[in-house]
Amino acid sequence: MSAAQKEASPAATAGGAAAVAGGGSGRGKAATTEGPSWRALLFLLPALVLLGFLVVYPIVYSVIRSFFDGGGDRFVGIDNYIGVFQGRENLVSVRNTAVWVVVAPTLVTILGLLFAVLTERIRWSSAFKLVVFMPMAISFLASGVIFRLVYEQDPDKGVANAAMVAVHDMFRDSAGYPGAGPRGGADQPVKAEGTTVVTANPVNPGQTALLPLLRIKPEHLPAKPTPAAQPPAAKPGEITGTVWFDFTRGGGGTPNAPNAGENGLPKIKVEAVRGGKVVATATTRDDGTFTLRKVGDGAVTVRLPQENFTAAYRGAEWLGDTLITPAIIVSYLWVWSGFAMVLIAAGLAAIPRDAMEAARVDGATEWQVFRRVTIPLLAPVLMVVLVTMTINVLKVFDLVFIVGGGDPNASVLALQMWTEAFGGGNDQGAGSAIAVLLFLLVVPAMLFNIRRLRQEQR
Amino acid sequence: MTFARRVTGVAVAAGLMLSAAACGGGKSDEGSAPAGDGPLKGVKVEVAAKWTGPEEANFRKVLEAFTKKTGAEVTYASTGENTDAFLGPRIASKTPPDVAILPQPGLLQQYAAKGSLKPLASDVVAEVDKNFSPYWKELASSDGKTYGVLVKAAYKSILWHRPEAFEETGVQPPATWADLVKASGTLQDGGQTPFALAAGPQDSWTLTDWFENVYLSQAGPDKYDKLAKHEIKWTDPSVGKALETLAEIWGKPEYLAGGLAQATKTKFDGSVTDVFGQKKAAMVYGGDFAAAVVGTTKAKVGTDAKVFAFPKAGDTTPALLGGDVAVALKDGKGAQELMKFLASPEAGKVWAGLGGYLSPNKNVAPDAYSDPIAKQLAQQIQSAGDAARYDLSDLTPAAFGATPGKGMWEGLRSFVQNPKDVKGTQEKLEAEAAKAYK
Repeated sequence: MSAAQKEASPAATAGGAAAVAGGGSGRGKAATTEGPSWRALLFLLPALVLLGFLVVYPIVYSVIRSFFDGGGDRFVGIDNYIGVFQGRENLVSVRNTAVWVVVAPTLVTILGLLFAVLTERIRWSSAFKLVVFMPMAISFLASGVIFRLVYEQDPDKGVANAAMVAVHDMFRDSAGYPGAGPRGGADQPVKAEGTTVVTANPVNPGQTALLPLLRIKPEHLPAKPTPAAQPPAAKPGEITGTVWFDFTRGGGGTPNAPNAGENGLPKIKVEAVRGGKVVATATTRDDGTFTLRKVGDGAVTVRLPQENFTAAYRGAEWLGDTLITPAIIVSYLWVWSGFAMVLIAAGLAAIPRDAMEAARVDGATEWQVFRRVTIPLLAPVLMVVLVTMTINVLKVFDLVFIVGGGDPNASVLALQMWTEAFGGGNDQGAGSAIAVLLFLLVVPAMLFNIRRLRQEQR
Repeated sequence: MTFARRVTGVAVAAGLMLSAAACGGGKSDEGSAPAGDGPLKGVKVEVAAKWTGPEEANFRKVLEAFTKKTGAEVTYASTGENTDAFLGPRIASKTPPDVAILPQPGLLQQYAAKGSLKPLASDVVAEVDKNFSPYWKELASSDGKTYGVLVKAAYKSILWHRPEAFEETGVQPPATWADLVKASGTLQDGGQTPFALAAGPQDSWTLTDWFENVYLSQAGPDKYDKLAKHEIKWTDPSVGKALETLAEIWGKPEYLAGGLAQATKTKFDGSVTDVFGQKKAAMVYGGDFAAAVVGTTKAKVGTDAKVFAFPKAGDTTPALLGGDVAVALKDGKGAQELMKFLASPEAGKVWAGLGGYLSPNKNVAPDAYSDPIAKQLAQQIQSAGDAARYDLSDLTPAAFGATPGKGMWEGLRSFVQNPKDVKGTQEKLEAEAAKAYK
């Protein structure tokens, strides 16, 4: 098609010049009355040629290309299209695109509607709208970089997890010695039992117990640690002992004995257990020693319960397999809800006030006014926002590329298209197939928009 | 008349746009070196490479030396991270740069197969024979013709560590894999996290480097070469053995800073700063180039950040190199002369003096290096001699060995997440390899 236009164009231009020079010939007049004439076509030609080259030709070529293999020499029929629905990576990107199309436009529209309605009557609405609209001024790449940092896993770096940890620790303090545990191997005085640490051998009242622990992180040790002490002598009916960090700085030292250079672990809860029942509890002092009083008769097991070792809460795995797509959608909302708000607010301003007033006079509640009057009147605008967002979401690329960082669990069709064609796959056939598929998915939304535009013009 | 003029105007505009589109895509820089007097006075040469920032500045100095010597005018264009995405369209539009520096020999093979490269002239090949071991020449050859010169090497058989953490726990830099595992245990007993692992999807190449070091050490150079060419399958027991070995460290989330959740999101730069900036771990994998990242923290390379040779997991001492290969894409005296210059020890010496550089050229003496760690590594490279191997993932097709979220990168990343599944990982790797090598 484009080739034909290319050839036609110089001749047509020359003809046009001649026709104009010739002035009002009868032929020209007749043409104006018979619908689209060659002259009208002439006026359209430049635009058609440009459109042909820049839009139609690429589309047609992509369609043709999608029927050939990676090298571009072998006709493979619809294999590339079947390939889109094969293989885990492709299926994941199809699934994610579906999630995006269903969730993102709806949420953007709802958020935009909320912002628009709520800001309508506040005094600083312009300022508020400006703030919400601000993210639109930032490029998607930059937004992606921002959210990459927001979702950083380490709570010391990522603000999302920092907030989660702060809220979590308000309710439950994760003090103690997370990660600590006994030395591995047989013949140790203490062993791990589930998430607790227990003495390997039963302890009788009047005896002492040594509970060496390892893997204490420096940040969990007290700022000024006290050297570990030998347990004090136990009186009858008591058990004494020491809980300490059995690791001599710089290595060496005798294992399982509190040497010089080893530190006691304060504030550890110690329990004496007999027959599954806790019979006495104690807390270690600064030098790691403890005294269990009134243990009663018979041997007990000395246990350090789980609460001493509760792992610190580290926040959610935002960019993990399951949360990654929702997390990226949130970043998308951050960027686009301002845009939706502005469109909807404009629509809201155009609604006839008397309809709402009438409803209120008739005794409708604010919710009923919103639900039964405002929304139906806004429906055309909401539709425009929804459809525009759907088109936009189908081609979402930058945010997924940057925030997802190549994680196949985040991939969407537009990204997969690039990966297959250029970003390593080097198979432009498969890439074109995905491109054509995306095109087909966008077409209904486009047609809807065009039809609506026509209706408005009428 | 006005109508006619306007139509022609539009037609001309359209024509202009088309021609603009045809020659678009090139992002050549203005800052070309001033031309001197020499045999190539007036000849223009365009070089494309991925380097930016200090690396680009250093390379420009090397190009200046070439200009001074020959009088040719050299312009530099940055390709961005994805070299193929830059060069592919320019080759297709038949306006490639004269010389390009490719980050992977795999790309050289790909272009050579398409006929986009110009073979080296015989005097350049002679220069290559004089200065490089045969393995490097073979890497840059295809179908018996030599196309490329390895201009810059990256040494990948080292681990970085924080001596402070080692002293704290009384650990010595390990020489064997068993020692490494033991040292990790001791570090952990002493309250130090042994490793920061960069297993984020965008930087999973660190995982491929771990694997290659272990594999080269256990299976030896011959099997290594075969695996690189996919002559043995990834389901081979030797691969399984290497994975099982790696699982001794990867399989223990408590050995990794921030646990599995953080390791699988960590980028390479982040893993290095975790060790030397935040001091959250004791060791990290990174080639010599990690020094640049260490430089962004307060730690000083050589005192607060040291390297030791990657521990031997088998009989061979692993010596793994990465590197950039220069190729000529256009005929002409300028391109070949520049290739010859890049193959000469002269260029290597200029570069070595600037820092941040390692030369695979055996006639660049270790004394030419300005920084002590580079000197140490240059000696290691030269002593490894013919047993040194090129980074395997960069020898494979890009879809398998060099793409985030695909092939070997993702295969090993999911192995980190699921280190018990040696068999499944091997099958997945083989399936991806079969697809990429077809």
